[in-house]
Amino acid sequence: MKSRILNVVLPLCVLLAIGLIWEAGVKVFNVPHYILPSPGRILVVMWDRLGLLLFHGLITLLEVALGFLVALALGVGLAVAIYASRMVERSLLPLVIASQTVPVFAAAPLLILWFGYGIGSKVVMAAVIVFFPIVINTVQGLRAADPDTVALLKILEASPRQIFFKVRVPQALPYFFSGIKIGVAVSVIGAVIGEWVGAQRGLGYLMIHANAQLQVELVFAAIGILSLLGVGLYALVSGLERVLVPWRR
Amino acid sequence: MNSQRPITAESNEPPLLEVEGLGMTFGHGPEALPVLEDVRLRLGQGECVALIGPSGCGKSTFFNVLAGLVRPNDGKIRLRGRPADSLRGIVAYMQQKDLLLPWRKMLDNAVLGLEIQGAPRSEARRRARELLEVFGLDGFEDRYPDELSGGMRQRVALVRTILCGKNIWLLDEPFGALDAITRREMQRWLLKAFSRFKASVLLVTHDVEEALLLADRVYVMTARPGRIRADLDVPLDRPRRVTQSEMVRLKEELLDLLESRPEGEA
Repeated sequence: MKSRILNVVLPLCVLLAIGLIWEAGVKVFNVPHYILPSPGRILVVMWDRLGLLLFHGLITLLEVALGFLVALALGVGLAVAIYASRMVERSLLPLVIASQTVPVFAAAPLLILWFGYGIGSKVVMAAVIVFFPIVINTVQGLRAADPDTVALLKILEASPRQIFFKVRVPQALPYFFSGIKIGVAVSVIGAVIGEWVGAQRGLGYLMIHANAQLQVELVFAAIGILSLLGVGLYALVSGLERVLVPWRR
Repeated sequence: MNSQRPITAESNEPPLLEVEGLGMTFGHGPEALPVLEDVRLRLGQGECVALIGPSGCGKSTFFNVLAGLVRPNDGKIRLRGRPADSLRGIVAYMQQKDLLLPWRKMLDNAVLGLEIQGAPRSEARRRARELLEVFGLDGFEDRYPDELSGGMRQRVALVRTILCGKNIWLLDEPFGALDAITRREMQRWLLKAFSRFKASVLLVTHDVEEALLLADRVYVMTARPGRIRADLDVPLDRPRRVTQSEMVRLKEELLDLLESRPEGEA
């Protein structure tokens, strides 16, 4: 218990120390606030413009969440198809793996062209990013079942359907979750890059806008909210994993 | 002598299980690997028969054939005198790995067989609870396998095996992964289970003492390709002790059989 508290407290102390050094450095070297604002100023701006930040933050969150749901549906579907059919596996799996080397971020301008300045292009961006780790990990998980356990189920006269749901699916869950965890933080970056390239809302849009007006405090504040968003989503997934995969410690 | 356990099945009734001339080869042509050759054995109703042999003698393959997981190239299986392809559906199977599903609590692991058979959930759980108590596992029903000792896990596997309600048990080195003390304890549990559930048991082991403690008869197999080279009666009452003079003599005989090369081999 004590060590768990320390696990939280110690990093926070380091963070605080960095903040203090930063604050002092800005004062001592007289750095102009439109180049590097002090943490104090950032916090003040964050508080003053909280409504604005939350509005754009919610847009970004919505994009990530919708993208995630799309990726979940398509990714798990494709993973099951790859698992179930040799044909699908041989024709699609190499492409899925190879496509991971394509820098999706670089395709952002195209996505804006195809899916518009609205939320759609960012949803697609986030979805594409979470999609691959979900597919790859779920396929791996579905195949991870112990052959002896499968043989046992056969001897118990289980149907292929029973073997799938009683052994393969639970076995795949931890893999599935690690795929999601890989994807979730990166998908936030994906949505933001989409917003940079072309949007009227969202934290990425806010950052570009504020940067142009030398409101650097607001840029930092947006980055802060984005980080919280990423951490929050990761924690949410971890919490869900703890509920759905309680046997893993 | 134990009156409930016929030592040999030489009455007019055909034995429960008869295997004749069973052969199994993996692969084809020059790379073909004969694993089993002319395996023959017999298992009477209520009998416990041990199969002992060096590792790699194809014991597990033999069980897989019996369980219907692989098809033999050769041979006949007869059940109460009637030809059969395999024992699929009438055997319960237990191996060295407990094969408990890590995401299921003890109780849910125990009912797996019943659940697959489509038994009503509450009925299955009630029967599982009863049996878990018999095997000293009550109070742990809500634990995950990770939280149990090796001996407990193997007992849960035994309960799962029994609950399938099949009257032939195939036990493939069931206690091979346990330490010596736990193994002895498990052997006592197993004896208790035999007599309580009147099962007919085929036990693969490479522990000579285990074979002699548990079995009515012991078949000795050769190294690959596996063949039956001897068949030894163990006409002793249970519970047996490894230090009994008869046991010591049988052990010596078995070890000689295992260590010497069969005739006709260099």
